[in-house]
Amino acid sequence: MSVIVVLILFSMMVAGGFLVAFLWAVKSGQYDDKYTPSVRMLFDDKEQTILNEKTNKTNS
Amino acid sequence: MSKTQLKEISQEIDIVCYHCGEICPSDAIHKDEKIFCCQGCKVVYEILNEKNLCTYYDLNESPGKTQQTLLLKNKYEYLDDAELTGKLLDFSDGKISTVTFFIPQMHCSSCIWLLENLFKIHHEILQSRVNFVEKKLSVSFQSNKISLRQVVELLAFIGYEPQISFEDVEKKSVENVNKKLYYKVGLAGFGFGNIMLLSFPEYLSIDVSSESLRTIFSYVIFLLSLPLLFYCGSEYFISAFKGLRKKFVNIDVPLSLGIVALFGKSAFEIFTHGSPGYMDSFAGLMFFLLLGKIFQNKTYDVLNFDRNYKSFFPISVTVKKNGNEKSIPLSQLKIGERIVVKNGELIPADAILFYGEGNIDYSFVTGESAPVGKVVGEMIYAGGRQIGSSIELEVLKDVSQSYLTQLWNNFQAKSGVEFSFTGIANSLSKYFTFAILLIAVLAFIYWIRIDANIAITAFITVLIVACPCALAMSTPFTLGNTLRIFGKNDFYVKNIRVLEDMAKVDTIVWDKTGTLTKSGETEIEFTGAILSSEENTLVKSLVRNSNHPLSKKIFTAIKESSLLKVENFIEIAGQGIQGEIAGQRIKIGGESFFALNKAKEGEETIYESIPIPVSSEVYLSINDVVKGKYKIQNKYRDEADLVIKQTQKKYDSYLLSGDNETEKSYLVNLFENEEKVFFRQSPLAKLNFIKKLQMGKQKILMLGDGLNDAGALAQSNVGISISEDILNFTPASDAILNAKMLKNLPTFLNFTAISLKIIYASFCISILYNFVGLYFAVQGLLSPLFSAILMPLSSISVVVFTTLTTTFFAKRKGLL
Repeated sequence: MSVIVVLILFSMMVAGGFLVAFLWAVKSGQYDDKYTPSVRMLFDDKEQTILNEKTNKTNS
Repeated sequence: MSKTQLKEISQEIDIVCYHCGEICPSDAIHKDEKIFCCQGCKVVYEILNEKNLCTYYDLNESPGKTQQTLLLKNKYEYLDDAELTGKLLDFSDGKISTVTFFIPQMHCSSCIWLLENLFKIHHEILQSRVNFVEKKLSVSFQSNKISLRQVVELLAFIGYEPQISFEDVEKKSVENVNKKLYYKVGLAGFGFGNIMLLSFPEYLSIDVSSESLRTIFSYVIFLLSLPLLFYCGSEYFISAFKGLRKKFVNIDVPLSLGIVALFGKSAFEIFTHGSPGYMDSFAGLMFFLLLGKIFQNKTYDVLNFDRNYKSFFPISVTVKKNGNEKSIPLSQLKIGERIVVKNGELIPADAILFYGEGNIDYSFVTGESAPVGKVVGEMIYAGGRQIGSSIELEVLKDVSQSYLTQLWNNFQAKSGVEFSFTGIANSLSKYFTFAILLIAVLAFIYWIRIDANIAITAFITVLIVACPCALAMSTPFTLGNTLRIFGKNDFYVKNIRVLEDMAKVDTIVWDKTGTLTKSGETEIEFTGAILSSEENTLVKSLVRNSNHPLSKKIFTAIKESSLLKVENFIEIAGQGIQGEIAGQRIKIGGESFFALNKAKEGEETIYESIPIPVSSEVYLSINDVVKGKYKIQNKYRDEADLVIKQTQKKYDSYLLSGDNETEKSYLVNLFENEEKVFFRQSPLAKLNFIKKLQMGKQKILMLGDGLNDAGALAQSNVGISISEDILNFTPASDAILNAKMLKNLPTFLNFTAISLKIIYASFCISILYNFVGLYFAVQGLLSPLFSAILMPLSSISVVVFTTLTTTFFAKRKGLL
């Protein structure tokens, strides 16, 4: 029986952890803008690296 | 009399600007094998190219904003005022500042990309972040190295001019209601899941080996359900209490009754028998109810339905004192002060023209595109925009006391009508509540003679099973879905209550200018003698010298391209222009302009009989012979007549126009009744007209666009403002409709009616479930397991039914 009590305690802690994570995500504004991040992640810094390469070449 | 139609220059060349995608003129600018429509676009391209930001052009084709309209040099002078900037900034520690702008021009991923790479253009900008949905940009910059004004000017320069309004300065801290709802749903979901898990032994009737384990399970369930009752359920209790105090039984009353019965009965079970009772049903109920709330709370963050005049007024004005010009915040403007209004600026308060030549564009207020000329000593109402040279005005009234702002303010208080006391579910809940109470009492009376225990169980379980959760959910899910479908069709409704009101409408009131007609787009029509090509050239050469908008319109309307030299050019403000070309005297102007020289006209008198001069008409004479007149005509929206014809069958339709009667015959014909078309309506007259109709118990839907409709829109049961650019100006209203979608109005109205029918159908479904539950409950046989299945099942089937049917009908109506 005591095993089950420990298990319940443990499962509650895990579930509680997820709950806290969710509340934190809401609080920190991750649910405020659900669109922009999906676009933002598609931008790459290709240009910047090419620029760096260019400047490196000219420097050397 | 013959008629010559002069259309605006048709687009002959199809070369588009690399930066903004506008069609380039023949003298387009070439640079790096790319073509630009104007110097401005080229400069922006050069800057981006230099900073290696040309990804901007790779992501989308021609993403830029045209630079053809030039920025005024001193427009942002007021941002140098420290007190004002302090109010605009979100945060500042002297070195680093953060500010959030509203930038309606954002429209594609290129915009996001460029705006988030501002730091590459200007190294003093540390970081910029876009919220695309709200069209907001927050920028942090080193305020000791770059001023706010410079940041704003940089943004304006690259084509993303922020909208800074008076309202931003008086920032209201808006508590994010949505966040709170997310917390509640998260918590309810957590409780629901765990309670279900812990109830599993009960569901499966697993013989729990030890009684103490069962008790522990029950206690844990009890603990889990406490936050659900006190935090998640609190608003239902509060709303029910408020309703009862006002002697009104709203939907939250039977809901609260059910929730309390569920929780109380289960808590009793837990502490007496050590079994978890109906806690799982309780948690499930809370979870689904809140989910429905999230669904109905879909709002269009970027649109502002409750704007007041402040969002349209500038945040600062230039005041002239002892010969010095100084920029002060609008809120500090006092009566009697002398203000300077420059070209393109808005007049912030009712004032008297003191110096200069007023040429006021009231399109913002009335939707009327032709500017109104004003001379020194005349009164100018707030809301107009000066075009041309600067003028000086003496302020007559406070900003908030001006004619239009006051009209608007009257309604601010009214708009916050108590939410929870309207709606179908609420109007039904009274009967519903009494019915279940009656059933519960009857069951109790029947059983009390046989067994007191069963009597109590029956009484409580009736309350539990009759809990109208499905009833409470059908409205948010159906109308929430409808709201979303409308949103996809560029019809943005403020909230679901508006949809319910829309279904009850029986009268439609139209505004003319800007609603039925296209704002800013006019046709020039010449009536009179047929003009030869030489004569057209003469006219074109003459009007080229004038900056009056009418002159410019005539200029673009005449196709001849050669121009001649004009001598002795005279322009009399508000009257007309004249000049000599190759010995021929040409005059263009209003009737008063010709009245001055009437004696000379002699033989040509046919136009004398024309009654009341209209500001949108000018006469033309060549060598003192009147040739005819140019008339500016409003262009009606493409399918406006069709929409009116369609809606007229079902709805009583009226037209209220602030304009004169020039187009009366057409409109009377359209509305099929002379008594339904009204002209020269002031904003107040429009408002009173709506009030009068409402006194006759008519439910009114009003469509309007300008500030002059604001009062009437707010007064009518449903006020829809029509706008070509939904992010731009719209008066306070219940819904915003993209002008292009006007043709869909009959479909929208029809679909709201269907939505309501769907709600009634889902009521029937939920009542069926209730009957099944009640059958067992009155016998005292409702087991926790049965309730745990029945209650979520009824909720889910209502949700599925409503969303599926609305989507189905939307597809059939062509809305999806």
